Order: sequence, then structure tokens, then C-alpha cells
Amino acid sequence: MGRTLFEKIWDSHVVDQQPDGTCLLYIDRHLVHEVTSPQAFEGLRVSGRKVRRPDLTLAVPDHNVPTTDRRLGIADPVSRLQVETLERNCREFGIELFGMNDVRQGIVHVIGPEQGFTLPGTTIVCGDSHTSTHGAFGALAFGIGTSEVEHVLATQTLLQKKPKTMRIRVEGELHEGCTAKDVILAIIGTIGTAGGTGHVIEYAGSVVRSLSMEGRMTICNMSIEAGARAGLVAPDEKTFAYLKGRPKAPKGAAWEAAVAYWRTLPSDPDAVFDREIVLDAATIEPQVTWGTSPQDVVPIGGRVPDPKDAPTPERRAAMERALAYMGLEPGTPMESIKIDKVFIGSCTNARIEDLRLVAKLVKGKKVAPHVQAMIVPGSGLVKHQAEEEGLHEIFIEAGFEWREAGCSMCLGMNPDQLKPGERCASTSNRNFEGRQGKGGRTHLLSPAMAAAAAITGRLTDVRRLS
Amino acid sequence: MQPFTTLRGTAAPFLAINVDTDQIIPARHLKTIRRTGLGVALFEALRYDEQGRERPDFVLNQPRWRNAKILITGENFGCGSSREHAPWALLDFGIRCVIAPSFADIFYNNAFKNGMLLITLPKEQVELLAKEAETAADPTFEIDLEAQEIRRPTGNAPIRFDIDPFKKHCLLNGLDDIGLTMERVDKIAAFEAKRRVEMPWLEPARG
Repeated sequence: MGRTLFEKIWDSHVVDQQPDGTCLLYIDRHLVHEVTSPQAFEGLRVSGRKVRRPDLTLAVPDHNVPTTDRRLGIADPVSRLQVETLERNCREFGIELFGMNDVRQGIVHVIGPEQGFTLPGTTIVCGDSHTSTHGAFGALAFGIGTSEVEHVLATQTLLQKKPKTMRIRVEGELHEGCTAKDVILAIIGTIGTAGGTGHVIEYAGSVVRSLSMEGRMTICNMSIEAGARAGLVAPDEKTFAYLKGRPKAPKGAAWEAAVAYWRTLPSDPDAVFDREIVLDAATIEPQVTWGTSPQDVVPIGGRVPDPKDAPTPERRAAMERALAYMGLEPGTPMESIKIDKVFIGSCTNARIEDLRLVAKLVKGKKVAPHVQAMIVPGSGLVKHQAEEEGLHEIFIEAGFEWREAGCSMCLGMNPDQLKPGERCASTSNRNFEGRQGKGGRTHLLSPAMAAAAAITGRLTDVRRLS
Repeated sequence: MQPFTTLRGTAAPFLAINVDTDQIIPARHLKTIRRTGLGVALFEALRYDEQGRERPDFVLNQPRWRNAKILITGENFGCGSSREHAPWALLDFGIRCVIAPSFADIFYNNAFKNGMLLITLPKEQVELLAKEAETAADPTFEIDLEAQEIRRPTGNAPIRFDIDPFKKHCLLNGLDDIGLTMERVDKIAAFEAKRRVEMPWLEPARG
């Protein structure tokens, strides 16, 4: 029987298998950031252990860093200590670090692919649930906790039970105005926030094949919002073209050998998945969330749903709570919802393609007077590229704030936070209560839809933006 | 790691579904470089109002459950981020066992690495236990990991639970995963040697 892409990667990384099926899995690449690593390094120190493969480890501060003038440093002493702790740990254990003022600094899941650190067929981990992003390259990439970070630092392996496999095929052609973000939100709306629990999802079908690497990253990024620790897309010519010549990608003969191997990775035609789901692209409209879970999603032409229609009492209670938190009434047309802030950024949507799309839509227009809109590029290099192309001038002219790279308002660990009751159209990945700041209200959507919301000052079907 | 054998304590019923890690411990508390001290911020938005006063209706603020050691909750508990601060906050509060119909994957692993026991039971049984925690004169339960059973305050028959044998073994003996893996360092070295020959492109050039 044929094997899936996931099974090929898994099989080639098993160092040892216990009788109960638990595998010791080799980890090829380990990304480290400041929030989930200090206790892991402290654990190494307490036990007198070293980092086994510092050369397979790359660190960057991203969650706490300010997105305003970096020369001023970090004002919050607690955030500053965490970033300084990462710097100290990297020096002590010999790990390469892209510091806050390095142009290569950025969101950990943007810089991995950008540097060619992320490669097909590899296992990649990071103490961050959006590590699934790297699966866009045909890598098995998943988030881990701090104890596991310490385990990888010390042994370059992880103890894992083999997950189940799921394939989600998106077939057909996307409507105009629909992007990768709408596809993944529609998928989460379909299978639910626990739909992928215990599984690794392979995304396939004509729509996924036709997406750019940036689009594939957006889809894989939110696998965890569907409950799956990892999402994958089979590597192809686009994958190789994206990686070729990147600083940490293989060169010369090693590159040729790597590509030859990577071509063997896609799932075999007769491979069997534990679960298969097919989505028709024609049914996907631009998406927007109304509630406090990424599964609380509707097409932009829809209305806020009524808890009375909930299938279970628990679901009804959750919906009522979500609506109270969001300050919304059942039946309200989504397009009538007025917003206060727009956040374009995060590891889901802060790559150059996202910024180009936003620039195209807002060129010559103005952000609505009551809206504060910010664009936070995914990395220093994305920022540099955007400025080379003159995109920043379009943004600034339209009234957007043009910031430095980092996680920013996606999770509100730095000063970029919503105030209680503020409503934000956000290209990030989680609309949980308090996620973007205590009492803040988040509507998840695509960069195109965020651009449209910034201009009109309310949630808006981007196809109406003339 | 402290071994987990039996746990006797109050169980608090909190039957919300999809309780996410941002609810368990909001991101602004993740700036710490330590594992301890997070208990005061556990379920912060649910426990405290805007002025920082306790919300009297929240289960863990009620005298009966203030010292809960067991949490009985709804499906997909711990969804969202990989922050190990979520189990650290629960532990720091005093909760060492969570019972639910299902858990999110990363949270599930993180909890066990910290000596916590997560018990997955059918929804009907979870609801039954929650009801007993709510109504029993004294909501004290006893969790016996060796026997894989939950002894109930009502004196009704204990409820059996399943657990992965390796996780059980590690919990009962308080085993440190890293120590166990270190015993297999020769196998790791052999794997790396083979890999260097078969997939030389994985040895990164520092660029």
C-alpha cells in the first residue's frame, strides 16, 4: 500500500520505537522564541545538560518586541527581561539569534521559510502552536510546550505517538475576492475547532495546488485552529523555486540531491487517509468571524447567528456568551458591523504577497476617519522588500501606520493591544476572549477584507470596494 | 517530577466547551521566565471583574470549590496555543487533575509533562461527575491512577478510565522524559551518522 506524505516523513525520522508504539522522533529544525524557552534553558542549566545540536536551532524574539522605533528599546521591564534572557541563553548555549535590531528579525514562522531554514521532508518544532505554518513546504511541523522544547534542546528528539491522517481537498476555482485565508476559515467553519484533533491534515486539490507558497502558509498556519497540530502541502516546483538561493537552503550538488529526494515525498496515489474531506471552492465566499472561536465564521454576506438555533445546550451557552462578549445581536448583517481598529499582520498574514494585495486595494483611498489601522510586516526583510516596492508610501498615504516586524496585536504581549470594547478587523488567527487585549473584540478575516474594512470603517465585502 | 499515585480532593464543575489557553492564562502573563506564580491569574477574565474583584458566581471563587484539586470540564479543553503556562497556572492554583470528554492535543501533552493527570471520559459520565461535584454534601473525589478509577463522594460505584500505559508509568514513577531519552543517546548518534550520509543537505551551513 502506498504511503502518505506525512507517513514518509514520519517513517524517515523514527530513531526508536517502544513496544507501546511511542516513537522517539528525530527533529531536524528547532525554532526558539523568547516566551516559551526561558524555563527550558533553565531546566538544562539545573540538570547540567547542553544543547545537543545548536546548529539545528535558530532563535528570534518576536512576541514581546515593540513595533515602534526599535532604537528606544523595550519599555516594559518584564518584556525586556524576557528578550534579554533569550539573548543570554543563546550566547551561553551557542545558538544563532536574530536580535531585535537585525534586519532578519521577524515572526518566527515568517523567518524560517524566508531563510531557507524550513525545508521539505523535515521535522520542525517550535514552542508555538502556529509552527504548523512550515507544513506548507511539505515539512512535518508542529507546536510543542516548554518541557518538549527542553527535550529537543537536550536530545534533538521528541517522544511522540503517531497521529492519524486526514486529507482535505479543496477543488474547483476560488471566487474573485477569495484568498487562502477564506479557504482555511471555511475549512475550520466546516470541521470545527476540534475537527482535526489527533490528526495531521494534508491540504490538497486544485485550489491548494494553485496557491502561492504564501497562501499555502496561511492555510497550514491555522491547522491548529481546526485542532490539528500539523498541516501539510505536498512540495512541488513552487516550493523549490521559493527556497532556491535562500541563505540556509542547500546549495550546488546538495540542492540537486535534495530536490530529487523532495520529489519522492508527495502522497502515493493509492495512499489511504483515516479521514477525507472535500470542499467545493465555489461554495466559499469571503469569510469573517462573529464570535470568540475561529469556528464561529460566516460568509460576509451573512448575519450573526441565533443561539436559539444551536444544536446542543452547551453550544447555545457558548454562543450566548460569545455574543455578549462581542456586543452583537443575533440577525445583525455582518456588513453593518462598525469597527474601531484594523490589524494587518501576524504569522498568518504578514508576508509580502499579503502586503502587495492590501496596497493594490487601498491605493489612492483613505482609511475611514474613526478607524486606527496598522500594518505590521512579518519580518524586517518583508518590510525592506515592501519599501523597495514603494508599498509603504501607499499605506502611509492612505492613513495606515507602518510598523516594525513582530507578533504585535495578534496576541497583545507588546504595547499593541485593543482597549476593552474596541472592535478590530484582524488578519490574525485567534478571536478568543481577550486575545488582542482585555475586553477587545476580534473579527478574523483576510488581508483583502481587512483592507476593505479599513476604508469603509465597517466589515465589508471586498468585492464592493470599487 | 512529583509522582502521581492517588489524588484526593474537591472537584469543581466547570462545563464550558472549547475553553482555550487564552482563557486559562492570558498572554500578558506569559512574560515570566519562571514556572511558578501563575495561579493567581488562572482563568483571570472569568475570575475577576474589570476592577480586579472576584466574580462571586465563578466556580473557583465559591467557598465550596476554592481549594479544588480536580476540574471537571467540557469538550476540547485547552485548545489554542502551546503555552505550557496553562498547565503551570492550573498546578500553581492547586489543580492536578482535569476530567473532560476531550482535550486539545498540545495541552494534553504539556499537562502530563508536568505530572498532571488528564482523564478523558464519555460526555454522559463527565456530566454525571459534574453533577455530583455540584450536589454532594462533600464534593471530595479520589483519583486512583494505579487502579485507573475515580471514587465518588456519593459512594456509587467508582468510574473506570483509560490511560496510555507509558504515560501512566511515567506519572506513577515521576519519571523525567529527558532522562529516559538520554539513555538512548547511542541510538540518536547512530541515526545522526546515517542521516549525514543519506541526507547531507540537512546539515546546515550557517548563513
